[in-house]
Amino acid sequence: MTRLLEVVDLEVGFRTGNGVVKALNGVSFTIDRGESVAIVGESGSGKSTTAAAIINLLPGGGEILGGKVLFEGKDLAKASTAELEEVRGKRIGFVPQDPMSNLDPVWSVGFQVRETVRANGLATDRAGAKAKSIEVLQQAGLPGAEQRFHQYPHQFSGGMRQRVLIGMGLAANPSLLIADEPTSALDVTVQRRILDHLDSLTENSGTALMFITHDLGLAAERASKLIVMYKGRIVEAGPSLEILRNPRHPYTQRLIAAAPSLASRRIQASGAGEVAPVASGEQQAALEVEQLDLASAAEHRLQHEDARREAGDAIVVDELTKVFKIRQGGFRSTEFTAVDKVSFSIPKGTTTALVGESGSGKSTVAKLLLGLETPTSGAITIDGRRTDALTGRARFELRRRMQPVFQDPYGSLDPLMSIGSIIAEPLTVHGVGDRASRRQRVLELLDQVALPRVLAGRYPNELSGGQRQRIAIARALALKPEIVVLDEAVSALDVLVQAQILSLLAELQEELGLTYLFITHDLAVVRVIADNVCVMQKGRIVEQAATDEVFDNPREQYTRDLLEAIPGASLLAS
Amino acid sequence: MLYYLVRRILQAIPVLIGTTFLIYFMVFAMPGNPILGLFGDRAPNPALLERLEEQYQFNQPFIVQYLNYLGNVLQGNFGLSFSGQSVNEILARTFPVTLQLAAIAIVIEIVVALALGLISGLRPGGIVDYFSLGFSLLLISMPIFVLCFIAQFFFAVQLGWFSPTVGANTSIGNMLLPGIVLALFVIATPIRLARTSVMETSRSDFVRTAYSKGLSRRRVVPVHILRNSLIPVTTQFGSDFGLLIVGATVTEGIFNVPGVGNTLYQAIIRGERPTVVSFVTVMVLIYLIVNIVIDLLYAALDPRIRYAK
Repeated sequence: MTRLLEVVDLEVGFRTGNGVVKALNGVSFTIDRGESVAIVGESGSGKSTTAAAIINLLPGGGEILGGKVLFEGKDLAKASTAELEEVRGKRIGFVPQDPMSNLDPVWSVGFQVRETVRANGLATDRAGAKAKSIEVLQQAGLPGAEQRFHQYPHQFSGGMRQRVLIGMGLAANPSLLIADEPTSALDVTVQRRILDHLDSLTENSGTALMFITHDLGLAAERASKLIVMYKGRIVEAGPSLEILRNPRHPYTQRLIAAAPSLASRRIQASGAGEVAPVASGEQQAALEVEQLDLASAAEHRLQHEDARREAGDAIVVDELTKVFKIRQGGFRSTEFTAVDKVSFSIPKGTTTALVGESGSGKSTVAKLLLGLETPTSGAITIDGRRTDALTGRARFELRRRMQPVFQDPYGSLDPLMSIGSIIAEPLTVHGVGDRASRRQRVLELLDQVALPRVLAGRYPNELSGGQRQRIAIARALALKPEIVVLDEAVSALDVLVQAQILSLLAELQEELGLTYLFITHDLAVVRVIADNVCVMQKGRIVEQAATDEVFDNPREQYTRDLLEAIPGASLLAS
Repeated sequence: MLYYLVRRILQAIPVLIGTTFLIYFMVFAMPGNPILGLFGDRAPNPALLERLEEQYQFNQPFIVQYLNYLGNVLQGNFGLSFSGQSVNEILARTFPVTLQLAAIAIVIEIVVALALGLISGLRPGGIVDYFSLGFSLLLISMPIFVLCFIAQFFFAVQLGWFSPTVGANTSIGNMLLPGIVLALFVIATPIRLARTSVMETSRSDFVRTAYSKGLSRRRVVPVHILRNSLIPVTTQFGSDFGLLIVGATVTEGIFNVPGVGNTLYQAIIRGERPTVVSFVTVMVLIYLIVNIVIDLLYAALDPRIRYAK
């Protein structure tokens, strides 16, 4: 019997201004009928390219240079357009990565499902097509499919759009479903629901699943076979549990060590030790692996804890409320309470994590704290001084002691300024030192965030995401602040880079006695960085306690849901 | 939606009043007494001069003249031209001709620009792409009167396909040549815009997803690529309308089309305040209506705008 999918020595290149850049270097693997396979790797490892090459839909400039894609014995790499159209949708379903950009904004959702149904010959007449489309949407778990049939994509939430895309991918009962990071744009709890649903759908119909993700835990939890990719090659492949327990390739070992999970404890600078640089070549990955074992660092923490408690509170937030007016057209508006009577305090030199799903009001709290929004009511006290009483000069002084790091390392650095001027800007604004001393401080800061000094003359677009986030941290530290507000500061980063940044933050806290407010939706990260946790839901704090307490004995159902939704928690813990 | 429409219409009112004021002021500020100009070489008869100044209110201060004019316009009376004709009549005679010319031009512009833009956007670097690039460069660098004379000489005089001037017979066949020339005057920008827009849409995620669903190119191109690409191009067609009116003035002169352009040109030379201001006001009005229609079209093309309040 022929294999369902057999990829042999697949090579893919992208034409650029400087010739062809190879994205895949001889990738080979097989998928059997009904099997679930996960492809894991960091961004740029070639996992999405592999998926796109199978159905021959490489993005512009992409080309299959060699190798075979045998699907049910037929080589898709050499198939004609007509043959490919026959296979796409009908035999191989595809669920794309970003639910926001993958539905055509100008056609109704029903229209787009119906054209899938008709293109794959699932219904012949109009009425039949509509009935089948509704059935497809219902199967994908879209509530009220019939009423929502004529609505447009922008009227759907991300989770619902992803259900529509999954429905379309599975509409024709394909024998293979390729899901390219189907849930990475979604909240953990939504992610869990969608993946459970996907699992049961593929199980019932015997569809093989090829699942692409950067999240090792998720991959291990959802797939029986793992394929680890690095720089366009497969470095390791085999049964999921075996790879997790005995990773043989150094890259896989690093990936597993770096993945924060429920098992890990808070990082301690002294324990985390040296931060491994991002491997710049394959050799480096194959070389000695630096142990980023976050878990082993946990023990040091207890000793420091008592000393910290003495120092008093850096931030006290009391009954903080923020109400936004939402325009309803005309002069009408409704009120939306983004932050509802939130109270917490952060002792000096410690880290408090604010967690919750998107829309829970975490970022608004950060903005209020930083003075970027004015609170509707309630008080913020920083170092014993109420912030609402501050004006002009005093507020300006306060900013010097409190600095932010934002989520998007691409959007938060001015692309037209050199790295040196970006880091020096807060110093210039606050009139600290002269040119020479500012320059000296910039170099010092680059050392502190473990970046080479030569970067001072470069521009943001020449740096990777992880490097940029270090720059953002260096800029935040320039004024020697006492408080740093980190708003999803590591969410956009790959696990390895994430681990490095987290270690860096822990080290800096140790060295400089910083106080962190750490905002994130990722509970696994919380465990390794935070002393205390506040869980937010719909603008309120629903649970508030020391980190270990929240993780070991969550009191609220919502917290338990969030904890359960962390992918692969149980697997990595064992 | 209705709210949106009403708001757009209300917004048009101050624009309309503002333009009439500006135009009236500019014509008022033109040097020389236009009444004196009517006497030509002869010395004016003081009594007649006074009566004419009285009749056209030239002896009143600016603001009184303007408010009187505005009051009359609101009652639907655009005043008298120097030749004693009612401006309303002149408007009714000339505007349909020019609108017909503009309509011919717009239809040609939309069809040709979309066709060339779509084909070049789908196959960048292909023959059609290079042809349309050369074509647009040539057109964009040529003043409209040169275009008029070339078209007139080759297609009307040499080949005899069209009549060189339009004159009194304003049938579509007769107006085709000036219409084509007028379309060529504005076509370069929408061709380039349509091309860019099609290329961008072709690269978007939802187009790839459409292919992954098993749809054929024949379906994806008109349904997903074209409709999404139309959104930015539509705006361009709207603002091109203003250019068309400018171009129409020149084209009408050369092809002798009895439309707005010719009449307006004469009125400006003679400093006929009521005629100039009335013509420009109606033009602005049409321009505003076209832009409201474009906005509605925009909403029809893009549901995100339709449902936003």
